[in-house]
Amino acid sequence: MLAARDLAISFGGLKAVSGASLTVPAGKITALIGPNGAGKSTLFGLVSGFLKPDRGSVALEGREIVGMKPHAVCRLGMTRTFQIVQPFAQQTVRENIAVGAHLHIGGRKAALAAAEAVAQRVGLTAQLDKPAADLTVAGRKRLELARALATQPRLILLDEVLAGLNPQEVGEMIPVLRGIRDSGVTVFMIEHVMQAVMNLAEYVWVLAQGELIAQGLPGEVTSDEKVIEAYLGHGTAARLKAEAAHG
Amino acid sequence: MRSLASIAVLVLAVGLLPLFVSSGVTLGFVTMVLYATLLGQAWNILGGFGGQFSFGHAVFFGTGAYAMAVLQMRFGLNAWAALPCAIALGGVAGTLLGALSFRYGLRGSYFALVTLAFAEVFRILANTFDFTGAGVGLQLPLQEGAAQLQFATETGYLYLALALATVSLLFAWWLKHSRYGAWLAAVRDNEDSAAALGVNAFRVKLVAITVSGALMAAGGAFYVQKFHYIDPHLAYGAPISVEALLSAIIGGMGTVFGPLLGAVVLHGLGELTRNSLSSTPGASLVIYGALLVLIIMFMPRGIAGLFEGKR
Repeated sequence: MLAARDLAISFGGLKAVSGASLTVPAGKITALIGPNGAGKSTLFGLVSGFLKPDRGSVALEGREIVGMKPHAVCRLGMTRTFQIVQPFAQQTVRENIAVGAHLHIGGRKAALAAAEAVAQRVGLTAQLDKPAADLTVAGRKRLELARALATQPRLILLDEVLAGLNPQEVGEMIPVLRGIRDSGVTVFMIEHVMQAVMNLAEYVWVLAQGELIAQGLPGEVTSDEKVIEAYLGHGTAARLKAEAAHG
Repeated sequence: MRSLASIAVLVLAVGLLPLFVSSGVTLGFVTMVLYATLLGQAWNILGGFGGQFSFGHAVFFGTGAYAMAVLQMRFGLNAWAALPCAIALGGVAGTLLGALSFRYGLRGSYFALVTLAFAEVFRILANTFDFTGAGVGLQLPLQEGAAQLQFATETGYLYLALALATVSLLFAWWLKHSRYGAWLAAVRDNEDSAAALGVNAFRVKLVAITVSGALMAAGGAFYVQKFHYIDPHLAYGAPISVEALLSAIIGGMGTVFGPLLGAVVLHGLGELTRNSLSSTPGASLVIYGALLVLIIMFMPRGIAGLFEGKR
């Protein structure tokens, strides 16, 4: 579905992402995890056209999209959400979602009706006529998701849609995300909430200090030595192993 | 649909006004309110609906005014032919200024400063060249008659102002009920989010500034026909930029009727202070300033915000 090859970008002297190559299989939920500051959101920015890579390529369904603007990428069927939610605060939930729906729907009434249908999918029906500014964090995350879904994407990039939610809210979101996958939309998500990653993801990429250090099934990567060291510090894996051997 | 009906009522009421009122002062007042509505709505389309605050809308006003005067006086065009040309030139000026500043991602105060700078540059240019009458300005020869778009009575100007203001109101109404309007509001509220949802923010802003420039130029063209005179300060000076943004901000940014309400309040107050404080020149300007401060403090959403209720 999505294939990135050798992506790299530096901000000043800082190599935020260096030589990242990854693929996202169609029809599945793929997760991108990594410690804070690993460059996950930067990688999302590179893939979705918000940032221009210094080198590397990105192909969406075989089509080269590096250098395309975000709105053009969206037209091709890939959209993203933001880690720091960015609603159109002055507008109602319905109007917010309708902006996404307008990508394929010209008429105002039809777009507003489509917004209502999308709101139902993510559980925002009760808030439809509230201003977006009045939503709770959980509500805003849902709105972010709803707007993106309204563009009828084939691939959706979710940047920490579960961050800041309490365990109950996370539990409520998991079936929503699974429902999106089941409706045929490929999901690529950055996630810190491991409960969700273990629960949802069918494939996991691990990014640390701008490089992809591991990939595999959720169970595999969490026991990978390099991944443990990336999260818990150099030498931790060896120490843990030694401690386990000593009993 | 309610606001569309309100526009129809307004057009009907103003249209029938000359049948009942013959006072030139009253008709002149209504004409100037409509003219201020047009300027305010022109600014409102870009600033209120689009969130791009211009501090130099005079650049479009002056372009329309000078185009109107120059086309008639130097090229011998009939006023009716010159009017669409002036409006189109205002639109072109909008496109160019927009392409330049939006291309380089200028937002907020930077955009405001660039528009101000352009207005100043044009003021100096108009002040320099004989073609535009330099510092003396251009005096449009008096040729009264509907064919020349010059009228002996206020009624003619009233209808001209009404027609132009109505066009601007209808466009604002359309913004509230169309996909383009939704895109413009999205770009205003958050450009990155809009881009992620497939909105071409650059193009959306470019259309807004083009229409805004064209309407503002229509205001300039009207000014020349009504007062038969234009000079660099009148055309490109800061007062006209301020008048445009003031009626929109006081009336309610991003609303269909905000500029109209703002124009009524500002011109009403202007008349009152001019009549009662005629011994102290400049007092009306002080009131202007005080009012703006008060409204921004207590009615951040303008007068129209009061009618929409809490949201």
